[in-house]
Amino acid sequence: MTISLQNGINTLIGQIDAPIASFFSSCVHCGLCADACLFYTETLDPKYTPIHKLEPMRRLWQQEYTFWGKLMQKVGLSKPVTDEDLAEWEPLVYDSCTLCGRCSMVCPVGNDIVYMVRKMREGMVASGHAPEGLKGATQRAIELGSPMGLNINTLNAQIKHAEKDTGLTVPMDVEGADYMMVLSSAEIADYPEIIGAVTRIFKQANVSWTLASDGFEGTNSGIQIGSSDLAAEIVGRIVHAAERLKVKFVISPECGHAFTALRWEGPNLIGRPYPFKVIHIIELLDELRSSGRLKTEGVDETRMTFHDPCQMVRRGGVVEQPRNLMHMVAPNFVEMPDAGVQNWCCGGGGGVSANHRAEPLRVKVFSRKKEQLDAVNAKTIVTSCSNCRTMLLDGLENHHMDTEVIGLTELIAEHLADNAEGKAS
Amino acid sequence: MKEHETLEQRLQEQGVSRRSFLKFCAAMATMMALPPGSASAIAAALAKVKRPSVIWLSFQECTGCTESLTRSHSPTLESLIFDMISLDYHHTLQAASGFAAEQAREDAMKEFHGKYLLLVDGSIPIKDGGVYSTIAGRTNLDMLQEAAAGAAAIVAVGSCAAFGGLPNAQPNPTGAVAVSDLIKSKPIINISGCPPIPAVITGVLAHYLTFGALPALDDQGRPKAFYGETIHDRCYRRPFYDQGKFAKTFDDEGARNGWCLYELGCKGPTTHNACATTKWNGGAGFPIEAGHGCLGCSEPKFWDAGSFYTPLPAPAADVTSAAKAAAVVGAVAAVTVGAIDRGKKTLAQQSREKITVEDLKGN
Amino acid sequence: MEQEMLLWVRGTGLQIATAVFVIGMVYRMLHIFMLGRKKSLAEARGSEWSGGFRTMWKRSFVTTKLSARGNFTVIAGLIFHLGFFVTFLFLSQHIDLIRAVLGFGWPAMPRGVIDIAAVLSIGAMIALLVHRFIDPVKRMLSDFQDYLTWTLSFLPLLTGFMLLREIGFEYITLLTLHIASVELLLVIAPFTKLAHMFSTFIARWYNGAVNGFKGIEI
Ligand code: SF4
Ligand code: SF4
Ligand code: SF4
Ligand code: SF4
Repeated sequence: MTISLQNGINTLIGQIDAPIASFFSSCVHCGLCADACLFYTETLDPKYTPIHKLEPMRRLWQQEYTFWGKLMQKVGLSKPVTDEDLAEWEPLVYDSCTLCGRCSMVCPVGNDIVYMVRKMREGMVASGHAPEGLKGATQRAIELGSPMGLNINTLNAQIKHAEKDTGLTVPMDVEGADYMMVLSSAEIADYPEIIGAVTRIFKQANVSWTLASDGFEGTNSGIQIGSSDLAAEIVGRIVHAAERLKVKFVISPECGHAFTALRWEGPNLIGRPYPFKVIHIIELLDELRSSGRLKTEGVDETRMTFHDPCQMVRRGGVVEQPRNLMHMVAPNFVEMPDAGVQNWCCGGGGGVSANHRAEPLRVKVFSRKKEQLDAVNAKTIVTSCSNCRTMLLDGLENHHMDTEVIGLTELIAEHLADNAEGKAS
Repeated sequence: MKEHETLEQRLQEQGVSRRSFLKFCAAMATMMALPPGSASAIAAALAKVKRPSVIWLSFQECTGCTESLTRSHSPTLESLIFDMISLDYHHTLQAASGFAAEQAREDAMKEFHGKYLLLVDGSIPIKDGGVYSTIAGRTNLDMLQEAAAGAAAIVAVGSCAAFGGLPNAQPNPTGAVAVSDLIKSKPIINISGCPPIPAVITGVLAHYLTFGALPALDDQGRPKAFYGETIHDRCYRRPFYDQGKFAKTFDDEGARNGWCLYELGCKGPTTHNACATTKWNGGAGFPIEAGHGCLGCSEPKFWDAGSFYTPLPAPAADVTSAAKAAAVVGAVAAVTVGAIDRGKKTLAQQSREKITVEDLKGN
Repeated sequence: MEQEMLLWVRGTGLQIATAVFVIGMVYRMLHIFMLGRKKSLAEARGSEWSGGFRTMWKRSFVTTKLSARGNFTVIAGLIFHLGFFVTFLFLSQHIDLIRAVLGFGWPAMPRGVIDIAAVLSIGAMIALLVHRFIDPVKRMLSDFQDYLTWTLSFLPLLTGFMLLREIGFEYITLLTLHIASVELLLVIAPFTKLAHMFSTFIARWYNGAVNGFKGIEI
């Protein structure tokens, strides 16, 4: 049986590397990381302190890799990590962590806590302690090609709509295109407008691009559940498609975790560098803007704010680009408190949104976002992650707020300069 | 040997007036920090005492202690007090020599058995049966044990007799020890110092004569009246210490301004002695007033406490070499254990079983 | 006895403590590196090194907006560390020691400054201990080691302060206690969370390297 406590322990022992050893060696139990995590700030329950979520892993590190720990283990004074421990920690590792990485920015000794949570999840999956919701999503991603169970037929149907709306062709499986666009499940299912939006933008900017019938799904549940084996399989499809079509760039969709999976983890998952580059759609749009290929006309006077998707901004480094784009079209753009790399998570990243058990907690901690929104009192929230978008909509509804949520790419597409060909009739 | 006369008679014989005797008693009282009225009590007591027999044994020493005592200017309290005792044996000072001298010692020991005061300066070598220092063919060890047996009390004069002193310093080739290391059955009073302050020696003798008992002692067997405070406690440069003003060399501006000598190695803070109050050379001054730090001469092991010129906080041993060696040991250990742990990690990675989609199903 | 004890702590004791400290720290820090780290195969957008070094320095100052309990911890922690380093590095007696060991030194700070730093540091430590008892997060995270290391860090400060003003005991006793307390700290530091005095820089470097690699200015 692959799933066993022993496999989980082996996995964790194998995951502990120099950074993790330095982090556990350094923690001074100051509790500051709690202040960075919305699961603590919104509940004030100490068990949501980020570093505490790693306690079983810390114990393993101590027992396996430190002098005293080994000694204690020899004389039988240490507490081995049990299945019960891991079961107890499962909700802490999955339900109350969105891998947002805010804690890693606060820790005074420099612990990259989110780096460890990501690795801790490897052991959790291997020992059978992953949440059902995420297991299901990952299973669908592997077996059906998408965590939401969508397939190429669904996409084709959405493409048809887009082509009808825009009067343009959406390129599919075009060999030798410069860019291969990848989408997220949520975009295909809930925000298909994005397809028309990028088609029009790329038309105007004269970008050579394509979709791939065998590599269109960017969402990587393997990363969220924390299984590198499965994540590699999922990302491998995109790599395969990109190599088949010989593209120079793969465009990560408006989905934070897809970006992390594709941009930063992917080559390590498949064990080799890519023969192509990965670029976030927002990065690309900003490049087009600065090279003058992306032109907008008219502005939207609505008071708008921008929600930073953690994986794109704090963990992805695409910080200024969305703001440059916002300024093109939104003169009344206001920043919420803590905007930028310090922004707060929507509460649904890192697989939390796919984990039904976590829903009540997720809804509760949205109060943090609400507080930020209340502070700026914007009519529209713009973001660039379809998962954030869903979480925001959900949270706003729960709090009876009538704020609009919109994707940044769509906002730009709405203001595409008129001289662009193919404007919807 | 004729029966000793009383001190009063003796002083009268020498033409010392009663007035100067009273002055002496008053000075003694102050020095020992006795209550004001006690001067007359001292005078009364001293007047009546018969000059006790004193035997002075010198072992492994440099004669500095005797020098200290005899070089003090007269007429002084020190010389006065020596009129109060009958120094029956002191091989440096006495006129007799050879067999006659040893005979005098043995006679006194016999006659005043159980009553004489034994003064010792110098340490006692005990290695190899004590052969490293002998007098008239007898080892110091032997002589001390014999003399101690009949003594009423023993006064260990100077740091050598009190604590082993210079001969006892590393590597102590002669196995030198202090009197108190050998004699356990007699009251011992340590008057440490290298040399001790003469007034302290006489002060202690006066106290013994007056009260017939030893003064209150500290945990090192030293009279509290003289060793109760440190040099630093009463040092006139103390305000500079408290302000953090230190002379850095013996001729810099700080030194000329009379700043604290701590950084030049002064051991005053850890040294108990009366130099800063009693002073030396008839009250002329004490070393720190002359611009030199205290060496700590009245404390045990002061020769082994590193250079006289290294400041107190400096390590007394070579920590740099210890640290260098330790760094090598640590590095070797880290690489060895690290390699083992790395192997363990690789093994864990290899024995890890791959997760497949099937593993997500079931339960 | 007292002189012998002082001599021991200044000599053999200090040698032992230094050796244990150096062996332990070198061992622990090198051992961390021995566990290795996979080089990322992703295309870098910035430099690991500059990101690592930036965080090594910048993380000394937590700039994120925090709650009241967080702000308290940061400020008290900063005061404690600053006070500790000011007294440790700028008291003339300590510079004497450093000069004796390393062969060079630097100017001391006035005693008034040292006194203030020491008092603030001691006060901050006590406040942090109380906070550790009453703050639910810290109470949950704390174990025996936290109280042990607190005590061992507190004693040198306390005995040092008492020594400067000769409070309670004689100079020689206080000096012996002060040095002994530092030696205790040296001996225990490598095997406790006090190892963070070095490992924090490794941790910060790794943390910053991840961001530097991704080209994130944090
Ligand atoms: S990564 Fe975010 S959600 Fe997870 S523990 Fe850290 S702050 Fe909390
Ligand atoms: S902020 Fe860092 S040092 Fe403090 S408790 Fe959290 S992980 Fe530990
Ligand atoms: S000179 Fe010596 S005894 Fe005098 S204050 Fe300075 S350290 Fe103390
Ligand atoms: S000042 Fe110090 S070294 Fe000098 S005689 Fe006095 S106790 Fe001895």
